[in-house]
Amino acid sequence: MGKSLITLEHISKSYDGQLILDDLNLDIHENSFVTLLGPSGCGKTTTLRIIGGFEKPDQGRVVFDGQDITSLAPNKRQLNTVFQKYALFTHMSIEENIAFGLKIKNKPDSYIKDKIRYALKLVNLEGFEKRMPDSLSGGQQQRIAIARAIVNEPKVLLLDEPLGALDLKMRQDMQYELKRLKEELGITFIYVTHDQEEALTMSDHIVVMNQGYIQQEGSPETIYNEPENAFVADFIGDSNIIRATMIRDELVDILGTKFACVDKGFGENKPVDVVIRPEDVELVAPSEGTISGVVTDLTFKGVHYEMDVEACGYEWLVHSTRLSEVGTKVGIKVDPFNIQIMNVPVSEDEEAISETI
Amino acid sequence: MRKVFEKIYLGIILIFMYAPIVTLIILSFNSSKSRAKWGGFTLKWYTRLFSDQAVASALVNTLSIAVLATIFSTIIGTITCIAMIGLNSKLRSVIMGITNIPMINADIVTGISLMLLFRFLHIGSGFTTILLAHITFNIPFVMLSVMPRVKSLNFYVYEAALDLGATPLYAFRKTMLPDIMPGVVSGALMAFTMSLDDFIITYFTKGSGFETLSTLIYNEVKRGIQPEIYALSAIIFVVVLSLLMIIYRSPNNKTKEK
Amino acid sequence: MKLFKNAKSAFLMASPYLVWAVIFIVVPLAMVIYYGVTDTSGAFTFDNIARISESGYFKALCRSIALAFISTVICFLLAYPLGMILASMKLTRNTYLVTLFILPMWMNFLLRTLTWMTLLEGKGVINTVLEFLHLPTINIINTSGAIVLGMVYNFLPFMILPIYNSLSRIDDNVINAARDLGADSVQTFLRITLPLSVPGIISGITMVFIPALTTFAISTMLGGSKILLIGNIIEQQFTQVYDWHLGSGLSIVLMIFILLNMIIESISDKEGGIF
Repeated sequence: MGKSLITLEHISKSYDGQLILDDLNLDIHENSFVTLLGPSGCGKTTTLRIIGGFEKPDQGRVVFDGQDITSLAPNKRQLNTVFQKYALFTHMSIEENIAFGLKIKNKPDSYIKDKIRYALKLVNLEGFEKRMPDSLSGGQQQRIAIARAIVNEPKVLLLDEPLGALDLKMRQDMQYELKRLKEELGITFIYVTHDQEEALTMSDHIVVMNQGYIQQEGSPETIYNEPENAFVADFIGDSNIIRATMIRDELVDILGTKFACVDKGFGENKPVDVVIRPEDVELVAPSEGTISGVVTDLTFKGVHYEMDVEACGYEWLVHSTRLSEVGTKVGIKVDPFNIQIMNVPVSEDEEAISETI
Repeated sequence: MRKVFEKIYLGIILIFMYAPIVTLIILSFNSSKSRAKWGGFTLKWYTRLFSDQAVASALVNTLSIAVLATIFSTIIGTITCIAMIGLNSKLRSVIMGITNIPMINADIVTGISLMLLFRFLHIGSGFTTILLAHITFNIPFVMLSVMPRVKSLNFYVYEAALDLGATPLYAFRKTMLPDIMPGVVSGALMAFTMSLDDFIITYFTKGSGFETLSTLIYNEVKRGIQPEIYALSAIIFVVVLSLLMIIYRSPNNKTKEK
Repeated sequence: MKLFKNAKSAFLMASPYLVWAVIFIVVPLAMVIYYGVTDTSGAFTFDNIARISESGYFKALCRSIALAFISTVICFLLAYPLGMILASMKLTRNTYLVTLFILPMWMNFLLRTLTWMTLLEGKGVINTVLEFLHLPTINIINTSGAIVLGMVYNFLPFMILPIYNSLSRIDDNVINAARDLGADSVQTFLRITLPLSVPGIISGITMVFIPALTTFAISTMLGGSKILLIGNIIEQQFTQVYDWHLGSGLSIVLMIFILLNMIIESISDKEGGIF
């Protein structure tokens, strides 16, 4: 990963007395694909708009390439945005849309023409120059919005839920498309979404946000496998999140049964939250399990079966390729490595977070 | 700073729009006949107005025409809008095209064209002719208000009702009518206001000796303004303003604005 | 779509209005055209229309066009900034405020014109106030200026509403996108905001220009009997001179203007902007 390109320092922002962002600090590295991920109202779009210059933070600084750009107008910033619902100029042809930024900068016509051709090729819409935005499908409009932004050769491309209005298939295609574009252009992408799958698929770096705070940041693998708190665990994929007691290092009491784990440093006999991913719960014969229970529900999900297992007063969510019929007595086993221990929230803010789950 | 300028600008335009009306209402309470002097507060122009026989009959004419024109135009307009669902697009565009004519054409031309028709058919001028004219120019307004509602109807609900055993008429009454109703109500209010308010078309179709409030005011004004006219204007302003407030506050318009 | 058993029953339901519309909209219009192209003996002639070139009528037409044009321009200049301010205030809070600006649209224009008679008279309210402040009095009643003032006052809301509507429909992000692509606020206005509001401007122009062009009451009330507009001429033909043929012929001239206006409107609408 390259050097730090954008730094947000102590950013706070509120609307009508409601705090949207509270003392947010974030480093975005050069050439990375960073995703701001969170539920609606978590402050991710506001963060993007502050970077783009469409909002001014109440407090804090935005540093771009070593320069403070906090109060710089959007048209003076070296970054471009792909907006929600595309925001194409409906009264201009595709060509004029793409040329807009270049004409403002008084680039020569031949240069603009080359750029348009290059951009349309990049987004696989060659020959669309003379069409009007209204005559394009949602996916095509989205590509034009991207083309319009990238011809200006920004150092950073901001994308605000760009796939939100597309259907599932189109969304999946565009995810690969965006990843490819990012590789070809070699610039930084800052991507905002509430879709965890999108985030996991495309990003180098995910920033999980909720209620104006950054909950956790890291690589997709880290976020998925080692969520730091219950919110992240719950938001990223399905999870079994169970209140438990850390007996000592590498031993945790879950629902009255001792499980071996690999985490250390949580103290002795301290309350903790345990996260176990459904695919990490192994169903075995009742005698072989650490605990045992009964299958109460079964759903076929295509690649796997989803089962609910009632054991020790908790309904365990289990994903497995092997089916166990409803009513079967099963044993539950979890590899120590797959038990993720998290601190129980202590501060008021964190409490608020866990309450929203 | 910019916000301040914007507020000042809005304020100036609002004053430009409403100050004359307020002035006129104030003058209606001025006991001095002169418009230049404030002679003290009085209600005498109002009492004089109410005892004026010509004003009373003009008021009755205006109201009865407005009420009848509203009823007829609302019924015809609504039925036509519903019928439009079942028509092919060609016929639909013909009907919409004709309906647009009175809305686009200048009132003066609509007025004289109807006058020529009534003279030609020897329909006695006065109440009947004005009523026919008002129904004619009101129907487009009703349709304009009902049509969006009809267009956004959910036919599955209607079919679901049929599926559950309702008769077509019962299903229509229970599923579609409630959806159209807000449009019908605001269309009717609009028609009533337009009718109450019309001058030009009434002027050409009324014939002589029959007056509505609008034509009465026009005649009086040409003769020289009497303070009674201020009182009358003040009343009309307040009534029309309240009607409009009701229209614009009705839920139909709120959803339209969204 | 099984509301109607067949197309016939729908047609039956629409037929009362269809008959009504033919009798009261189509036939009367045809009669205006018929009277316009015939003389008293019923013979076909273009004389009634051609008489618009007679100096009195032609002057009235030119004056009407000029005053309507000036009024439309003033209305536009007043309404556009207003529409921008209102549109920028964003939903919820401003619906009430917007209503306040367009309410006068539906109020009797006779009364609204009457208020200006009262204000502008030689010994009217404005001059009384001016005298009280020891300022020179103004004498614009019975002038073209008073007529323009009356037109602007009457028709301003018709300009505000469509312009506000078209401006408030512009997505914020479209404006943001222009800024994002490097346009400063002037460039954003000229290249994005203004072109996107053209449909509103055009319908505003139509809604002001046509009634201003064809009015007779405003000129009667604020212009005295000295300043005749084409509307006054037509009105007189029907209510005083009783020359229906000439009145209809001149009405046809008016309708040609209305038609021209509509054609221009539909062309610029299709092309998505004239700028």
